Amino acid sequence: MELYELSIQTAHKLLKQKKISSLELTRAVLERIQSVEPKVQAYITVAADAAMEQAEFADQAISRGNMTGLTGIPLAIKDLICTRGLRTTCASKILENFIPPYDATVIEKLKEAGAVIVGKANMDEFAMGSSTENSGIQLTRNPWDLKRIPGGSSGGSAAAVAAGMCLGALGSDTGGSIRQPASHCGVVGMKPTYGRVSRYGLVAFASSLDQIGPMAKDVTDCAVLMKTIAGYDEKDSTSVPLEVPDYTDFLKNGLKKITVGIPKEYHAAEGIDPEVAAAVKNAVGVIENLGAECVEVSLPHTKHCVAVYYVIAPSEAGSNLARYDGVRYGSRNKDTRNLIEMYRNTRARGFGMEVQRRIILGTYALSAGYYDAYYKKASQVRTLILEDFKKAFETCDVILSPVAPTPAFTIGEMIEDPLTMYLSDIFTISANLAGIPGISVPCGFSSDGLPIGLQIMGKHFNEETIFQTAYNFEQATDFHKKKPGL
Amino acid sequence: MKITKEEVLHVANLAHLHIDESSIEMFAGQIGTILEYIDTLNRVDTKGVPPTTHAISLTNAFREDREKEHLDRESALANAPEQEDGNFIVPKVIG
Repeated sequence: MELYELSIQTAHKLLKQKKISSLELTRAVLERIQSVEPKVQAYITVAADAAMEQAEFADQAISRGNMTGLTGIPLAIKDLICTRGLRTTCASKILENFIPPYDATVIEKLKEAGAVIVGKANMDEFAMGSSTENSGIQLTRNPWDLKRIPGGSSGGSAAAVAAGMCLGALGSDTGGSIRQPASHCGVVGMKPTYGRVSRYGLVAFASSLDQIGPMAKDVTDCAVLMKTIAGYDEKDSTSVPLEVPDYTDFLKNGLKKITVGIPKEYHAAEGIDPEVAAAVKNAVGVIENLGAECVEVSLPHTKHCVAVYYVIAPSEAGSNLARYDGVRYGSRNKDTRNLIEMYRNTRARGFGMEVQRRIILGTYALSAGYYDAYYKKASQVRTLILEDFKKAFETCDVILSPVAPTPAFTIGEMIEDPLTMYLSDIFTISANLAGIPGISVPCGFSSDGLPIGLQIMGKHFNEETIFQTAYNFEQATDFHKKKPGL
Repeated sequence: MKITKEEVLHVANLAHLHIDESSIEMFAGQIGTILEYIDTLNRVDTKGVPPTTHAISLTNAFREDREKEHLDRESALANAPEQEDGNFIVPKVIG
């Protein structure tokens, strides 16, 4: 086995036993990047020199016996999480040369843990998209089939993990942006409960929905990353002051006392690929055989989640993106010496089409005369979606569903049709609206050899039960062991 | 059409976003289709339902008003497209 193929927990053991060094591991990952990055294009920035310095530092810490589960482990970071001194673009022309003067809280935590940051991963511009095709920088390809999209918006992070170009990654999830690319690339990705992980230093898209989360090769690695980044942060007033359990402690508990809910509405969901439906049905059977009890639950309002999301997310985005005005940071259009014209041209040149579309949609929804019809109405239906989940979780511990209605689609297939692209997020959006955690774990392959993910959603701040269910399923199956043949 | 070309232009102006004449029609068409889809929410009875702005109930987060470390001026200005003498430079506002 090549070093870049190691899981985080295996690499940790080898580092601890001094069988490998972080320098060797990091070099192996950087060489892997050199060899497959021209095909995949997962990274906007590769920080090779800084990574080797961090690896050396990690090796010194290890030799002093001072190590955590992430010391010396090479990771990729989605390019909308601020890294001090390391360019952070949000895959947007408007931030193409932005160098953050501070670290996001999750980056501080990773650095404290001794992790090695190898680079910044591609994404849809400002996290707006489901395919990473909206990147203003480059096109990332799915390592399983280079003609296909890796999913999005954390497509670079997912592709980098799948292709062995890092051992784990951070993404962010506003409507499915961790879970859907994880599903399409055959890796594990978790969106934590809203408020579980600090958003300080995460470039804001839709502030009431955004969460940073881990992406990894398996459930244990994902739990190790999650343990490190979670927790209250006084710099994020929406983070919640609750103790963070050691998620890895729960993995080996069986499923005998777990009740899983199957939403009856999802059977009838339109546009679901028969191979995806079959893989998820098979996964439910596996989980039932492991001793879990299965019950039917009802989420009658989830069919409205896409409509609710495309009012709330663009409205919040329209406000959040007002800060890009070419004054304090970012690119500026210098063709005019008139202030308002400078703003207008800077934003027109700096933002891509999808970002512009959402700014217009969000500004329209919040504009005089339309607020009640759109924003207020959507916020009320959001309450009904939240109540559906509360009621469903009275009778079950976790809810199972597909992650995406189809396996990864081909590049260019949906780019001209925003609404169809939006509808591909139908199974993931409701967790963001309700603030609940969810994971994608590999549960099968299509006849074309494309990965399919199972979504496991849980109660607020109950990530441990999700990890436990996902781990038991993973150990009973082999889907996570298959790697793309690049 | 659900949203007219004039409305698209008006909203883009509110958002300080210049859009080319050639893009206005495309935006109107695409956003019109999305708004028609969003209109399916009108089928949901929301009488008396309170709106949710955050899924986790939050109360105000207060803290002591104490001075802490902050970015120095040089770092704060480091990404500015134009700067001079410790200030951000913008085009002339008053003639």
